[in-house]
Amino acid sequence: MPPVTPVHYLFLSMALFTIGVIGVLTRRNVIIILISIELIFNAVNINLVAFSSQFASISGQTFAIFVIVAAAAEAAVGLGIIIALFRNKETVNADEIDLMKW
Amino acid sequence: MVLHDFFFYILAAIILGGGILTITRRNAVHSAIFLVMTLIGVAGLFLHLQAEFLAAVQVFLYVGGITVLFLFVIMLVNLDEAAKQRQFNRQWGLALGCVLLLVAEVGYFLYQGRDSFSFAESSGVLLQNNTQAIAMSLYGDYLLPFEIASLLLLVAIIGAVVMAKKQI
Amino acid sequence: MAELLATIESYLQLPYVLPTLYIVIIIAVFPLIAGYIVLLERKVMADIQARLGPMRVGPHGLLQPLADAVKLLLKEDLIPAKADWLLFWLAPVISVVAALVAFSVVPFSDWFFITDTNIGLLFILSISSVGILGIILGGWSSNSSYPLLGALRSTAQMVSYEVALGFAIIGGLMVAGTLSMQEIVRAQQEQHVWFIFYQPLAFCIYAVAAMAETNRSPFDMPEAESEIVAGYHTEYSGFRFSLYFLAEYTNIVIVSSIAITLFLGGWLRPFPNVEWLDFLNYCPAVAMLAIAAMSFLGAVREKRWMEQVGMGGLGAVFALLGLLFLLPPVLTAVQGLFWFLLKVFLIVYGFIWIRFTFPRYRYDQLMKLGWHWLIPLAIANIIVTGIVMVLL
Repeated sequence: MPPVTPVHYLFLSMALFTIGVIGVLTRRNVIIILISIELIFNAVNINLVAFSSQFASISGQTFAIFVIVAAAAEAAVGLGIIIALFRNKETVNADEIDLMKW
Repeated sequence: MVLHDFFFYILAAIILGGGILTITRRNAVHSAIFLVMTLIGVAGLFLHLQAEFLAAVQVFLYVGGITVLFLFVIMLVNLDEAAKQRQFNRQWGLALGCVLLLVAEVGYFLYQGRDSFSFAESSGVLLQNNTQAIAMSLYGDYLLPFEIASLLLLVAIIGAVVMAKKQI
Repeated sequence: MAELLATIESYLQLPYVLPTLYIVIIIAVFPLIAGYIVLLERKVMADIQARLGPMRVGPHGLLQPLADAVKLLLKEDLIPAKADWLLFWLAPVISVVAALVAFSVVPFSDWFFITDTNIGLLFILSISSVGILGIILGGWSSNSSYPLLGALRSTAQMVSYEVALGFAIIGGLMVAGTLSMQEIVRAQQEQHVWFIFYQPLAFCIYAVAAMAETNRSPFDMPEAESEIVAGYHTEYSGFRFSLYFLAEYTNIVIVSSIAITLFLGGWLRPFPNVEWLDFLNYCPAVAMLAIAAMSFLGAVREKRWMEQVGMGGLGAVFALLGLLFLLPPVLTAVQGLFWFLLKVFLIVYGFIWIRFTFPRYRYDQLMKLGWHWLIPLAIANIIVTGIVMVLL
């Protein structure tokens, strides 16, 4: 096995990001779409921390904290929307939420 | 050094396995559990990269906060009906296109910067006072973003309450 | 012989050997200790209600935990037919593992700790927040109404009080200036004061939040027996139930350990820097001899010879321990451990005392207390602490 370099982390992060994107684009359940977005956030964090380690600079980790803050805000608002949606439409399927469409 | 690399591969397997299972499970609770697996794997990876403060924050906020929030909502919302229905919509083409675009982009960047990837020798310094270093950076260089982030959280709190409450 | 000792010594020098040994000791001994905390709880409850409590198994019911353990292990292991068996199996394991892992940074004494990292306190907090998952999943996977209600209650309660708990801890943390558990204790030694005297409000908030966090009465809505049977573990029986039980008592010990480390001086004796109180250093030996004397006294008053022998043997063991502790090197070694465990005992006693003294809160009252009082107070405490620290 070759020694682990930032490229390995980059590939891992890319794979996780891809999984997240596939989840967002193909699942019907809104909650699982939100969960997939968390995967994407995590992929970004892996990159930030790996580069923070590569350049021996702490800024990457600070940015990762901001990403986690954004993820928390997103989850709170998103789940609030899901609850409001379920109360009105009785469904969690993304393609059945079409009140704004003709 | 071999052990060091070995842990990377183990964690990568946990992260990717958890991720794939997350987006394929029929039951949303199972998805959330495999999300936890991925998140803990990522926390392990942070420890591996000597970012232990971030690892603890990851477990504390993601596993203890966000995932719990997800599970709470999954229990409040009745998903029995949804679990019996078709789970995927017909956007495989679009998803595949996005993935290919992403792979091409990363491949291009890797090709451009192929000589510049190696870990800094002095990364051990970060280990000694990781928490202090993050605090200095957060309250020094990034004070304004920090305040903006707190504002974002405030807005999110209010937004979530407004969304979820029946009558205000 | 000397060669053998030298080999053992060289093995102990290896970096992973001692921590592994401590892990094995803690995991092997702690379930027993948890069993005896349960016995203590039943005995104190009986005392408060003017009863005797368990008396049949062993002298004064001292072997009751072993009997309970045997009973729990031999019970039939039921899984409800419509349960999600994977999560049903996983949930208690998550609970108990999260609770036990938190021990890895608890500073029992200046030498008896598994590891000491520079994120110690945050590590304990994050690991114990994973424990919530065990409760939610246990409640959900049972596929039954009362467990689900218990799980929902417990989630809302624990997430709410975690905020107050964290803010209270930050108050103490600002005074200590470090997250490492050992360093927090040393900071109290250097500043010549337990942090409870700097942060009394934070300690009170922490105490209330910790009770809510461990689902203890008066905040035991998640498992309130008069409202929702047994809450999230209604469907659990036998060994799985005992895992939940173990996790609950482990969590009590963990939150007491955090309180002790952060506010009550950790493994330091009271007033560690006052020289004329040095006679307190003999407390371990005196306490052991006192227990021995009480055991002998109890043995005399027992009627059956079995119990006389049992109590007498116990007394002899404690007397030997007390005499051993009189040796100066042993005394210095057990010093920290003794004070830490004594403080844990006192706090656990306080937990039990409160449980059988206060009535249960109503759910909306609990939320109101948390969000309207504890969190604003804790934030105000942080602001005041910050201002005072800047001004001084």
